[in-house]
Amino acid sequence: MTRDQIRATLLEALSRIAPEVGAADIDPAANLRDQIDIDSMDFLNFMILLRQTLGVDVPETDYPTLRTLDACVDYFAAKQAAPAAPAAR
Amino acid sequence: MPMTTLDTAGAAGTANAFRMPSLGADMEFGTLVRWHAAPGDRVARGAVIAEVETEKGVFSVESPVDGVVAELNVAPGTKVPVGTVLATFGEAPRVAAAPQIPPTPTPEAESVLTPRLRASPVARRRAAELGIDLAALWHDARDHAITLAEVERAAGRAAPAPVTPELPAPTPSAPPAGDARLAMRRAVAAAVSRANRDIPHYYLSTPVSLRRALDWLRDRNAVSPVDQRILPAALLLKAVATALREFPELNGFYTEGAFQPAPAVHLGVAISLRTGGLIAPAIHDADGKTVGEIMEALRDLVRRAREGGLRGSEMTDATITVTNLGDEGVDTVLGVIYPPQVALVGFGRIAERPWADAGMLGVHPVVTATLAADHRATDGHYGGRFLAAIDRLLQAPEAM
Repeated sequence: MTRDQIRATLLEALSRIAPEVGAADIDPAANLRDQIDIDSMDFLNFMILLRQTLGVDVPETDYPTLRTLDACVDYFAAKQAAPAAPAAR
Repeated sequence: MPMTTLDTAGAAGTANAFRMPSLGADMEFGTLVRWHAAPGDRVARGAVIAEVETEKGVFSVESPVDGVVAELNVAPGTKVPVGTVLATFGEAPRVAAAPQIPPTPTPEAESVLTPRLRASPVARRRAAELGIDLAALWHDARDHAITLAEVERAAGRAAPAPVTPELPAPTPSAPPAGDARLAMRRAVAAAVSRANRDIPHYYLSTPVSLRRALDWLRDRNAVSPVDQRILPAALLLKAVATALREFPELNGFYTEGAFQPAPAVHLGVAISLRTGGLIAPAIHDADGKTVGEIMEALRDLVRRAREGGLRGSEMTDATITVTNLGDEGVDTVLGVIYPPQVALVGFGRIAERPWADAGMLGVHPVVTATLAADHRATDGHYGGRFLAAIDRLLQAPEAM
């Protein structure tokens, strides 16, 4: 999946969490929670949607890195380039 | 019962009125959005028979009785005061001619709710202002809630000047947005004024270390897939529900000059709506649920509070309310009790604080738990022991 596709997937998920917010309203470099007024329940639902669409189960310890839309794109792009630790080693 | 005739119980005895329910102390009007039953339908008590919209969303309202719908008195789209007769029930004389099992909604929420039109509250409001029929948009939206943008787009197609709708298509239930907002504030003002006038509140507050609770949650969440993770709020709710078993005098209603304990713990959860406003639907039988089940119920409640689909009963049968303003960043919440309830538990933000424990000073995540309680039902000593019990339970989360 390209970065643009990841971005589109993220925006689609966000539009389901906060239907009143349009993609054009989101500044990709600014703090996501401040811009669209999402609480911890919304954020958890965002993570659940992304697990369904991107197949990435984000551990809680990584939540702080997902501060902006750009940071989210970076994070999921990296996860795809290097899928989660192989089962056998 | 065999063939009913008019004189077995008398028409007045069997006829029952279904009235516009009060879905919260601050509700004065409701708009009948849709009927799920028609005259002649036999409906079971608890089956969803209508959808009602208030400033706070669309609610599925259940039938108060087992019976046959005799007449629908209010047409969809009509806004009426609380208490207005919406429909009448009765054993119609021609009941034998009616089909035995008419297609009434099933009591299961899911089967009724699945095909429901979904739209964000702001989209609904805008559509009402603009006179846009959401049902027409719903076909295009299919798998997501109708957004404000889609409503605006539809308005652009339908009307030449959507930005300044001086003459919106006349929908009887749609006052201008400013009026609706004002009306909501006024209704809230009336409700809280009543609560503050009638209920002699007392307030208690205590800081609670959540170090053990959050460590336990972190370890549990680390090995759980994201859809089974638990938020601290669910653990706090569980602690309240469990503590209420020991302190039943905080769980129930003050009516007719006396406190009536409730047999079950229906935990009202204050949920802020994305468009402003607050509702407090109930998690039913919270004391019998595990932390995981409470989390599931909470997620479901928040989703339906924001997308529509809460049931009338969820809005009216909470036996105590919990408000959690932690996400808003405040430390302490001293709330207003929802009458006829007798207590409201508040939790503020979970923040790191210096914490002295066993002669050592450390840094703990701490939440301030508060209790606003009705002095007619309990006194401060009782309330203080209740908060202490919540604290105690949160120090052993695995045991809850």
